Amino acid sequence: MPEGQEKAAAETKAKGGTTKNRHDFVEGDRYAPAPESTDHVSLKDSYDLFIGGEWVRAPKRIETINPATGEVLSEVAEAGPRMVDRAVSAARQAYDKTWSKMSGRERGKYLFRLARLIQERAREFAVVETMDGGKPIRESRDIDLPLVASHFFYYAGWADKLDYAFPGRRARSLGVAGQVIPWNFPLLMAAWKLAPALACGNTVVLKPAETTPLTALKLAELIEEAGFPPGVVNIITGAGKTGRNLVRHPDVDKVAFTGSTEVGKMIQKDLAGTGRRYTLELGGKAANIIFDDAAVNQAVEGIVNGIFFNQGHVCCAGSRLFVQEGIADAVVRKLKRRMESLVLGDPLDKNTDIGAINSQEQLERIKVLVDAGNEEGAKCWQSGQRLPRKGFWFKPTIFTECAQSHRIVQKEIFGPVLAIQTFRTPEEAVEKANNTPYGLSGGVWTDKGSKIFKITSQIRAGVLWANTFNKFDPGSPFGGYKESGIGREGGLQGLASYLDLH
Amino acid sequence: MAATTPSFPDLRMLSTIDQVGVEERARRFQARSIKKESKLSALKLAVTMLDVTTLEGKDSPGKVKQLCAKAMRPLPDDPSIGPAAAVCVYPRLVRVAREAVGQSGVKVASVATGFPSGQSRLKERLSEIRYAVGAGADEIDMVISRGKLLHGEFRSIFDEIVRCKEACGSAHLKVILETGELQTYDTVRIASEIAMAAGADFIKTSTGKIQPAATLPVTLVMLEAIQDYYDRTGRMVGMKPAGGISDAKTAIHYLVMLKETLGRDWLTSKWFRFGASSLTNDLLMQICKQRTGRYQSADYFTKD
Repeated sequence: MPEGQEKAAAETKAKGGTTKNRHDFVEGDRYAPAPESTDHVSLKDSYDLFIGGEWVRAPKRIETINPATGEVLSEVAEAGPRMVDRAVSAARQAYDKTWSKMSGRERGKYLFRLARLIQERAREFAVVETMDGGKPIRESRDIDLPLVASHFFYYAGWADKLDYAFPGRRARSLGVAGQVIPWNFPLLMAAWKLAPALACGNTVVLKPAETTPLTALKLAELIEEAGFPPGVVNIITGAGKTGRNLVRHPDVDKVAFTGSTEVGKMIQKDLAGTGRRYTLELGGKAANIIFDDAAVNQAVEGIVNGIFFNQGHVCCAGSRLFVQEGIADAVVRKLKRRMESLVLGDPLDKNTDIGAINSQEQLERIKVLVDAGNEEGAKCWQSGQRLPRKGFWFKPTIFTECAQSHRIVQKEIFGPVLAIQTFRTPEEAVEKANNTPYGLSGGVWTDKGSKIFKITSQIRAGVLWANTFNKFDPGSPFGGYKESGIGREGGLQGLASYLDLH
Repeated sequence: MAATTPSFPDLRMLSTIDQVGVEERARRFQARSIKKESKLSALKLAVTMLDVTTLEGKDSPGKVKQLCAKAMRPLPDDPSIGPAAAVCVYPRLVRVAREAVGQSGVKVASVATGFPSGQSRLKERLSEIRYAVGAGADEIDMVISRGKLLHGEFRSIFDEIVRCKEACGSAHLKVILETGELQTYDTVRIASEIAMAAGADFIKTSTGKIQPAATLPVTLVMLEAIQDYYDRTGRMVGMKPAGGISDAKTAIHYLVMLKETLGRDWLTSKWFRFGASSLTNDLLMQICKQRTGRYQSADYFTKD
């Protein structure tokens, strides 16, 4: 051994201490911490309801915590029926007096302004999104926030072109929209809901999920800053009851909901016969189909991106994997190896790939279904990352030897759990892929262009990706078949959901 | 060393490469943020993986001697840094380099086989290898006949490499694919497979004379080829990206990719090299920055 190397080795040995070597590039088991700074983030201890352009205090409070640490970040109000009523009438007033009378060009200006403000404050919003929801900062910074801004930009552009969007038809706004959004992409879902509604001339009452209300409330601050007329956007917080009061409110003209299929069905019942419009974006159990002629290494990356993106808290997650038998062993071997290289831990660390599970409740739900998978005879494998002691965590998990009749194949787990099945022929893959009450998304991996078109046209799902997964764009409609929902968000179709077309 | 005769690989079994997917994955490695102890140890590791290179028409014994001094002791005041893995020179200068590095542990690598174009007769290319090995080269960096490869003469490429490997004797063989001329990742993958099957100890991206030289995505394609080959045969093959890696940050991205693709076993100069001429001093400057918290003047770092 050359002199230099010997000394270097001696140096490493002398340090000896386990903590120092832990971050050694070669010997260590993780990279040194690279946390995103939280210095520039301003969070209030307490948030009120944003109604009619004012912050209105409600007596009942709920705490919102950081799921990665369990610490309380802030407390927010719980809006009771009177507050819901007040928010809806503020929205109605704003609709009648200002927003519906304003020209599309003017409405567009507000939306463009809001989009630019979001871009300016993107870093801060990304950090808050990560603290409140547990998702890795890499995702909130590189995926959520850019998509949020681009959604507002996209629909801002439509605001003055509604008369040309649907040739031969006249477009009119609907009125007041009641919108209830989930906790997996809190700010992005707010953008999906607000941007088209406002561009079309509707006013809005939006309720974020109770575990992740902070970015929506901070968005309310930006809406104030952008100078929106009072009452055009109202943001009220609370749990399921608040949401239910909102969607059942008789003065709401249009309901938009993203969340579980179970709640979606309740909303459908509530609204049956009222003549009110609704769009529902519900659960999913997407099939990700890998053919034996696929680019295997890239497909493995796509599987990881499909199911472990945002800890699997994704309605369109590729949670059912179908691999053609000839390459199944290689795919599973590569997948396991790739899973071992995922960095799990502090969501604010820039190197983190897998963050925290959003809530204790969700963690329990995942555990119950994973137990069911074990009981029913599927073979469980988990990667070897160590879990932090505080907060809610779940290891990336795959099940092999799954059958269609296993619950882990049927139920939406909404966590980092993948059910793997094999198939022999394309017909079998399509049949199994469609054999589910859901139909939100799906993926096909093959090197053959013709096969892509043939297979995707046979799968009953609203969004299909070929040789990639979980890609989003404001210009592309998103929504489900069957029990995955009704209506589309995004693109021109998403515009139509907020318009009365004659 | 495998005692069996190399056999031509079954190219039908190769998986194709999705360009979009590979490039997306490569960008993910660039998003890694390597700090503090991780960064310092990665930088030190990178120095030991350098094939300090000079491949110019104006190379002279004097230049090569200076380069060897730098390779043996990159940071004169600090023997714990380095030495570099090897010096890489033209065959005519191997003897000079051999004498200069002596028993320091720094290897002498020589390009050969009509570098950089490879457009000479096999007989001459083989005799160039024998000459370099005879002059004391530990490692031979050969170029493949890209023209033949693009023409589909895979078998001929395979045979060439087998002959070159024989000519190397106990010297290690690095096979330069010159990925900048191969046009598609699929071709890079095929060339990697042929080179490994023919007995390459290392596969290497580029001569440094053609743009683009090494890139993260093309290196990823080759690392994945190495991994698949290892899974199939149990034989480890080394990787050498060369050309265009001139700053420490880029070098760290490569190491992150190596670590997260092939794993810890490959994180040594035995299995990974950087072919670079100007990377050394940026690595040294960053090492000093990590240790002291300050950047120092470029004049504190020796230029050889």
